[in-house]
This record gives sequence, C-alpha cells and structure tokens, in this order.
Amino acid sequence: MTVRSPARVPRRPLPWLVPAVTAGGLLPLAVLLSDAWTGALGANPVQRALHQTGLLALVLLILSLACTPLRLVFRWTWPARIRRALGLLAFGYAALHFLIYLFDQGFAPGAVVTDVLERPFITVGFIALLLLVPLAWTSRSDSIRRLGFARWQRLHQLVYVAVSLAALHYWWGVKKDHTAPFLAVLALAALFAVRRVWNRRQPVRTRATQPGD
Amino acid sequence: MTILPPDRDPEDQPSPRARPTRREFLRHAALFTGTVAALGGGLTLLTRRPGAVDTTPGEDLVWRPNHPPGPYDTAEAVTPYREATTYNNFYEFGFGKDDPARRGGSLRTRPWTVQIDGEVRRPQTVDLDTLQSWFPLEDRIYRMRCVEAWSMVMPWLGFPLAALLKRVEPTGQARYVQFTALHDPEQLPGQRSGVLDWPYVEGLRLDEALHPLTLMAVGLQGRVLLPQNGAPLRLVVPWKYGFKSIKSVVRITLTREQPRTTWSEAAPDEYGFYANVNPAVDHPRWSQASERRIGELGRRPTLPFNGYAEGVAHLYAGMDLRQFF
Repeated sequence: MTVRSPARVPRRPLPWLVPAVTAGGLLPLAVLLSDAWTGALGANPVQRALHQTGLLALVLLILSLACTPLRLVFRWTWPARIRRALGLLAFGYAALHFLIYLFDQGFAPGAVVTDVLERPFITVGFIALLLLVPLAWTSRSDSIRRLGFARWQRLHQLVYVAVSLAALHYWWGVKKDHTAPFLAVLALAALFAVRRVWNRRQPVRTRATQPGD
Repeated sequence: MTILPPDRDPEDQPSPRARPTRREFLRHAALFTGTVAALGGGLTLLTRRPGAVDTTPGEDLVWRPNHPPGPYDTAEAVTPYREATTYNNFYEFGFGKDDPARRGGSLRTRPWTVQIDGEVRRPQTVDLDTLQSWFPLEDRIYRMRCVEAWSMVMPWLGFPLAALLKRVEPTGQARYVQFTALHDPEQLPGQRSGVLDWPYVEGLRLDEALHPLTLMAVGLQGRVLLPQNGAPLRLVVPWKYGFKSIKSVVRITLTREQPRTTWSEAAPDEYGFYANVNPAVDHPRWSQASERRIGELGRRPTLPFNGYAEGVAHLYAGMDLRQFF
C-alpha cells in the first residue's frame, strides 16, 4: 500500500477517500430532504421519495459490487477500502425506502403483512432488505475476526442474492417501460461476468490468496 | 500487493504518523471535495426525479365554480390546477409523470377532426369546433382514480357521450363503443417507443357509454384542456380507473364485438376491459383498497365504483367483477 511513495514515512494512504465516499453518498439524501422541504418532489412526494431511495439503494449496492471487479481488472487497491461505506450507505437507503413504504401504508401491519405475503413484487424487495441486515450488522471491524474470515465471507456472499432480488423488485415495480431496470440488470451481469472470467484466468493466485472468492 | 487482505479498515487503527504538510493537506482537501462532488453529484443526477414545476400559466389559481352544483358533482376539494396539469399519465408523451406537461407543446389541437363510424346510421367526420357547438357544455366535478392508487378531483367541462351517440344513431347491432386516440409520433414523441401498441385504443359497453355520468371533456377548471390532460377531446368515465378515459380522441366506432383495448392487450393480468374501480380486487403488485388523494400525505379508503356505485352498480348486476375486472 505504500507502493506509490515508498521513500516517505508510512502514512495511511488516501485518508480522504472513505470520508469523501460517505459524504458523497449522503449528498442525495440532503438533496431529497431539501426537495421535500421546498415542494420540489411534485404532486406525489411520498411516491417520489420512495422511488428515489429505492433507486439509490440499488445503485449503491451495485457500486459496492463493482469494487472487486475494479480490483481484478485494474489491480487497484482503493476500491476495496470504500466497499464497506458503499454497502452501508446502500443498506441505509434501503431501510429508509422501507420506512417510507411503511409510512405510505399508514403503518398498518395488516396491509404490510398482506403485501409481503401475497405480492411477489413486495416479497422479493422485503427479502432483499432482510438479507442486508446481517451484512450491515457484521460490517463492524471486529466482525471478521469474531466470525473467522471464511464464515464472514460466506455470509457476505448473500449480497449477490440480495442485489438480484432488489433488481427483480425494481423490474416488477415499473409499469411497462423496463429500460432502467434493464440497465441495472446489465450492470450486474457485467460485474458478475468480470468476477467469473478473472477468477478463471488467474485461478492459482486467486485461490491461493482468497479462498472461495 | 495486488490482493488486499479482507475488509479490514485501516481507519480503525490509530497509529502515530507524520503530520501532513500544508501542501498535502490542501491536496487532500481538494481530492475530498472532488470525490464528494463526483459521487454525490453522479448519484443525484442518476436517481433524482424532481417534480415538474410551472409549465402552465396561472397554475396557482384554484377554480371556484360560480354556479350551483350539478347533480353529479362531488363537493370534495378540487385538486389544484397545477397538480392536475403536471402529474399525468399520458404515455404518448413519455413514461414520467411530468413528461406530458413538459413535452405536450408538440401536440397541435386545431384543426382537429373526429371520425364517427361503425354501427351508426349517420357515420361522419366532424370538425371538433362544430361537434362542440352541437351540445351545451356542462361542468362536472368528478373524482378520478388512477389504477396506480392515487386520485384527484377534477372539474371537467364537456358534454355527455350519450348526447353524441344519440345524434349519430347507433344501429340495433351496436353493442360496444371503441375509441381511438391520435397516432402521430411527430406530435406524440412517446409513440416512437414501442412500449405500447399504438394507437391507444379503449372501449366501453354501449350501456356504459350511454350512462349520464360518461362525459366527453374539452375543458378543465374552466379552461381549455391542456395536452397533458387529453386535449382537445377526451373521454371521462369516473367510476373506472383513469386509463379507461382515453385522451386526444380522433375516432369513435360503434362495434358489435368487444373491442381490443391497449392496456388489456399489453398486460391482461393487470388491466381488464372493465377496469371498474374496486377496492376488493387488488392489482397484482399493490392493494386497491386505499388511495392517495393528490395533495394529501395519508391514504383514504377507495370506494366501490369510485363512489358512483349508486348510479352504475346495476350495469354489472350478475357479473363476477373478480373475473371481469
């Protein structure tokens, strides 16, 4: 990690990176709140906020999944350092998305339970959120040590299921025009493909250093 | 160093380090700001969909009827003109709610002719202004319920479809009325996408079409209809979901058979031919039991036939409205 400036005193590289990603990830929330305050969310502000937070959650989740492919393809080391921030931001927006949905349903447990049990569109979104909970919970620094790396990593592979369900939720959620969900699926497919291809190309090194990745 | 150790956060390990130089501090501050702007700005651009604002003049004027309420009027608060003209579904202009208001300017509403044909004794093509002059215009303050579970209160200006149909004299064979909207990708840019099978077609059973609630509207809140609201001539069937009320009508055809309609073709499991507002029959993806009145944050219960059950329920006596949804 000190490759760039080997002659210097060892210093935390890119100290601004994680704070910047966190602040950047929160910026859309600030814009959303300001839009809500000024009435710029339009005639149906609840729905608009619901859509925006849901989309932010999915986009951030996709960005967090882009970290490993970036490392594999370009051999960059910095993406791995912002992965946790991106994942936590995604979880935050997903939770907010769910809260707004609960508000939209008037916090009526009956309506929500019916929705989750009977409407596949809601079911998959809800499962995606549930799957993100243990990942957010074990994002703390000591979690890897406590779980052991292999178990921690297996657990965090749930993100592939979560993001796929989230994309399906998005696909089912739009009426007729599937351009945007299609782009999301395309991005995911590309990221999954990069992992697969690169893991095959360099099997020895990958297996040697990162079992099960 | 190409492979990092697992997600270990260097942030959490405070250790004595050399103080950054002033130059380094400035560089880091610049990199920080740039990254915040790039990521935050990118995310915002990608995901923010602000509501449309101020596309029509005088949008804040709330229309007050200066006449005694009519027999069909609701006394509920009228949806502000601004919301009624900037929050629209009209896929001919795009899928976004604000697309119709933003892109509606490309529609030429004059000259406009309406072709009336099929099972009628007096088929004809008539200029819209002539057609309009045949009937006295009436105000009708109707609830409008979208299939997406939002609703508005709309003061339409128009004439009963029944008056038009009687004038063209349906034959004894006529059982349905088919409506066709304008098909012109030049004027309706949304039609350049093949998402729906253009032109938009809707239909009613003849008794539904002849019902006194069924209106052909040419105005809203005392003003001429704007493109986003279906200018220059649209159908209004207040006890059915909004998509039944076809906009920018150019043709009215009386038929023997039930016409194929755009949405029931596009997604037959979600949108039926009848599309009566029914809180007991859910959309596959959401409940229809409640709705959001535009302008309110909470939800209100949806009424059977959108509150017009007394007037129209008899039209469906003996029908299973779960099957004929």
